[in-house]
Amino acid sequence: MIEFVQLVLGGVAVGCVYALVALGIVLVYKATETVNFAQGELMMLGAFLAVALTSAGLPYWAAFAAAVVLMALAGAALERVVLRPVLGRPQFAIVMLTLGIGLMARGLVAAVPEWGAQTHSLETPFAGASLHAGELTLSADHAMVIATTAVLCGALTLFFHGTRLGLAMRAASQNQLGACYMGVSLARLHSAVWALSAAIAAIAGVLLAPITFVHTNMGLIGLKAFPAAVIGGFGSLPGALAGGIVLGVVESAAGFYLPEGAKDVAAWVVVLLVLMLRPAGMFADAAPRRV
Amino acid sequence: MARTALAVAAAALLLAAPLLLAEYSLAQLSFICIYVVAGAGLMLLVGYTGQISLGHAAFLGVGAYTEAIAQARGLPFPVSAAASGLLAAGCGALVGLPALRLKGIYLAIATLAFGFIAVEVFARWEALTGGNAGMAVAPVVLFGHRLGEEWEFYYLCLAVAVGAMFALANLLRSPTGRALTAIRDAEIPARSLGIDAAHYKTVAFALSAGATGIAGALYAHRIGFISPEAFDILLSIELLTMILVGGLGSAAGVVFGAAFLIAVPQALILARELLPEGIARQSGLQPALFGLVLVLTVLFEPEGLNGLWLRLRSRARRGGAAPGRRRAYRKSERTP
Repeated sequence: MIEFVQLVLGGVAVGCVYALVALGIVLVYKATETVNFAQGELMMLGAFLAVALTSAGLPYWAAFAAAVVLMALAGAALERVVLRPVLGRPQFAIVMLTLGIGLMARGLVAAVPEWGAQTHSLETPFAGASLHAGELTLSADHAMVIATTAVLCGALTLFFHGTRLGLAMRAASQNQLGACYMGVSLARLHSAVWALSAAIAAIAGVLLAPITFVHTNMGLIGLKAFPAAVIGGFGSLPGALAGGIVLGVVESAAGFYLPEGAKDVAAWVVVLLVLMLRPAGMFADAAPRRV
Repeated sequence: MARTALAVAAAALLLAAPLLLAEYSLAQLSFICIYVVAGAGLMLLVGYTGQISLGHAAFLGVGAYTEAIAQARGLPFPVSAAASGLLAAGCGALVGLPALRLKGIYLAIATLAFGFIAVEVFARWEALTGGNAGMAVAPVVLFGHRLGEEWEFYYLCLAVAVGAMFALANLLRSPTGRALTAIRDAEIPARSLGIDAAHYKTVAFALSAGATGIAGALYAHRIGFISPEAFDILLSIELLTMILVGGLGSAAGVVFGAAFLIAVPQALILARELLPEGIARQSGLQPALFGLVLVLTVLFEPEGLNGLWLRLRSRARRGGAAPGRRRAYRKSERTP
């Protein structure tokens, strides 16, 4: 029993990272109808920035904050330069565009001499520490992920329900035209949403760094956020969060109870099942589509 | 008249290629032919039916593994290649099933999932596939004759590629082809005209996967050694890049795209000798370049190389200003 609880705890921690990446994807999708396949690469960039800043001598927390701010600026710039011109184009074109951005990000990171094709580790002030409760142990890295995700979700809830910008984002995600008529500047809003989404990706990257190390293929881990988002209904922020955590737990259980290799495909098998059985996701209210 | 002359000249050049080209260049030409076959399949699905697939590398893999296993068991090439196509088509129909209900992004994720699962199956079904160690593939044996020479294999690839393009062109003129483009352009009006969208989408998926599977059979012989990681998501993205850069919704775009896909790595090999040491040895150069081309294509030339070619040609003919861009790929609904 204790073994199972331990397993679930580890799964929740990794699931939180999936959830954060999924959160960024859903955020952008709801507000701008763009599906961002480069979100995993944004996460990778955030992690690399944090590594670069700490090795430049910055303390962990300062590097963390700086990486998040820098990625938010990068996200806004990306929206302004690359994505705004294609607004309203067919979905396939936008999917290919974000795939291209992802490829470029990977190639550019690999081209930086110090970053290159190597694996880096991020020094944290709590490395090696762990929490104990009875027989349960939770490493500080995992605890940090769970705690930060919880705090971030609280902050996001406050932001969406307590600020004018949050209200504008919620309005635009329901009805862009309506929001526009009410005086919301959609262009500025899109930049803000991309900035927020890239900042969340950077947070996910910094949190994941001590667990999986930092390398150019981190973006592929970010692809698993798509199953998380779909399980949650692809359009619901709490759904994305729950989907990510469910996925993390399923993966960790599959790795323990099922033969080798099952862990790597568990997320994809689950998402195929969800798509076939309940395509609107587990948390969606089935609204009929307008014609 | 000029068109016929151009076609005859192109055909003559392709047939005479073994006389004109060194073995290495000929091998690259075989690669282009193989990518044309896969591209014809993917173009049918993405360019003409408007469905997104992020898992086509897996169909290529299914074809390649089927071919390798069947040839190792002594089946003749026509049978093994047909089996590759049929098995991949079967997988395609299966993956297409969610396509009946799913649109856009959901379909992309379903095919992405299929791609990851397929690679894992290739890696884990060791008794059949040799697992992560991969398996060697011998040259094609056709009617008791071993196609060991590069030029013999080239003619086989050329024949299959011409067949695939011919099939694509004919299919598009048939009622089925018209139904597919109708679904792409406006699904709900098409359905209200009595087109069974679910049926045609499944057909498109199966045909597309089948063509890609046959390409996979040739691919296995061409690279001579197959392993699971050769068929991962990055190859799927490359295949999509091929048809997007070539020009969505155009048969000529398949050929342009395949040539582009082969030419870029070759150009990079040449460029590396000219570039300064530090940049030239970067492994990330090729993905970065592909990414850049993807972004630039979507932003500035959505019709790809085919659109560029059409504009250049009409400019040359008129000797004046080129007409504006047409939109070849259109969808009435943006939201899934």
